[in-house]
Amino acid sequence: MRVQDDDLFRYVLRLGDLSLVLGQRLGEWVAHAPALEEDLGLANIALDLIGQARLLLGYAGEIEGRGRDEDAIAFLREHGDYMNPTLAEQPNGDFGQTVVRQVLIDAFQLDLYERLISSADDRLAAVAAKAVKETRYHLRYSGGWLVRLGDGTAESHTRVQSALERLWPYTGELFAEDDVDRAMTDRGIAPGLAEVQKGWKSRIDLLLAEATLEHPRDQPYSWFGKHGHHSEHLGYMLADMQYLQRTYPGARW
Amino acid sequence: MNAAAAPEIEAVAPHGAVRIARTWAALGSVEDPEIPGVNVVDLGLIRFVAPQSDGSLEVGLSPTYTGCPATEVIRRLVEGALAGAAVGSFRIKSVLAPAWSSDWITPEGRRKLADYGIVPPDHSSSDLRDLRRGNRPVACPRCHSTQTETVSEFGSTPCKALHRCCACREPFEYFKCI
Repeated sequence: MRVQDDDLFRYVLRLGDLSLVLGQRLGEWVAHAPALEEDLGLANIALDLIGQARLLLGYAGEIEGRGRDEDAIAFLREHGDYMNPTLAEQPNGDFGQTVVRQVLIDAFQLDLYERLISSADDRLAAVAAKAVKETRYHLRYSGGWLVRLGDGTAESHTRVQSALERLWPYTGELFAEDDVDRAMTDRGIAPGLAEVQKGWKSRIDLLLAEATLEHPRDQPYSWFGKHGHHSEHLGYMLADMQYLQRTYPGARW
Repeated sequence: MNAAAAPEIEAVAPHGAVRIARTWAALGSVEDPEIPGVNVVDLGLIRFVAPQSDGSLEVGLSPTYTGCPATEVIRRLVEGALAGAAVGSFRIKSVLAPAWSSDWITPEGRRKLADYGIVPPDHSSSDLRDLRRGNRPVACPRCHSTQTETVSEFGSTPCKALHRCCACREPFEYFKCI
């Protein structure tokens, strides 16, 4: 059976899965962060992201119209049904790598939400208006750490620079437009990704310069998480995340 | 639900202005579960109380942060308070847009936050200076020194940040400005 508005369904899933997967990743830091304040910070950002995911995945379920709620979508889908860009599922690594991944995605979400506020889709516009404030705060945190680590000791600089080199190839996917993206733009629902990329790039360039980090070279992108083709890391994460609901279906507490 | 019972409930429920006033009073009794002494009206979470054509009351409620775990607790507390105040049939509508802002905390709410030891947001969220990274000093709630520093942008709940006073050395919480 085909979903009535398959383009919108997929688009909303991509946004929701990005927040869900990144939020779940950050949750892995709880009780393991380098300091109590960072533990709180990462957990708080995770909480905001899961909150955004709830709104978006709940909406995706409504568009789909098969009675799946936010929990069914979050916990009972298969690996290949997740539509998040591959960057979001990359492992936490050290604190520096988590910070780099966060900066790259915070800046993307910030630019995207700023534009989605004027979406022709009222529900997305409302979620964006709420999320943009939170995301601005996230970038203040992650960007602050990027500058401190990049412009910090030789050790911290080396570590974030190598995390940046490692994660940069995944950023191409964020801005690779496909039919779903184009359909959304044509209907006035989503901004064009070229526009978002421009805003993202200017924010990232400023931060990298302030952090005394070298700008990695752009490469042709070869990741397709948005189409359900993921890196090996997502499966391990989902095994953890979905274990309870799959072992005790419908468990509540 | 028993359809025959509905008119009876309507008959005992107060009407018009009395009903609205009673509703606001009941809402004013619902304290934030994480910030004792500060109620949901003080925090600007109640967006409207609107009688509907079907005789029920619609109450608009906004979350502070999308992922705030207190949101669901608050919703249940509001339901309990309204049921207890016998305001007739009502429903709670979650309002996302326009998004809640710390600007909507009432003067009374700001006073109560300060009394509780949480520094209220020091400026408007539309202040353009906020677009620049970096903090302006927040005055210590105990000794009022502005020699303070941010310990963490995130605190014990999504709505608060952690600061420390360099003069009296006491840590304190600051209600984030969003």
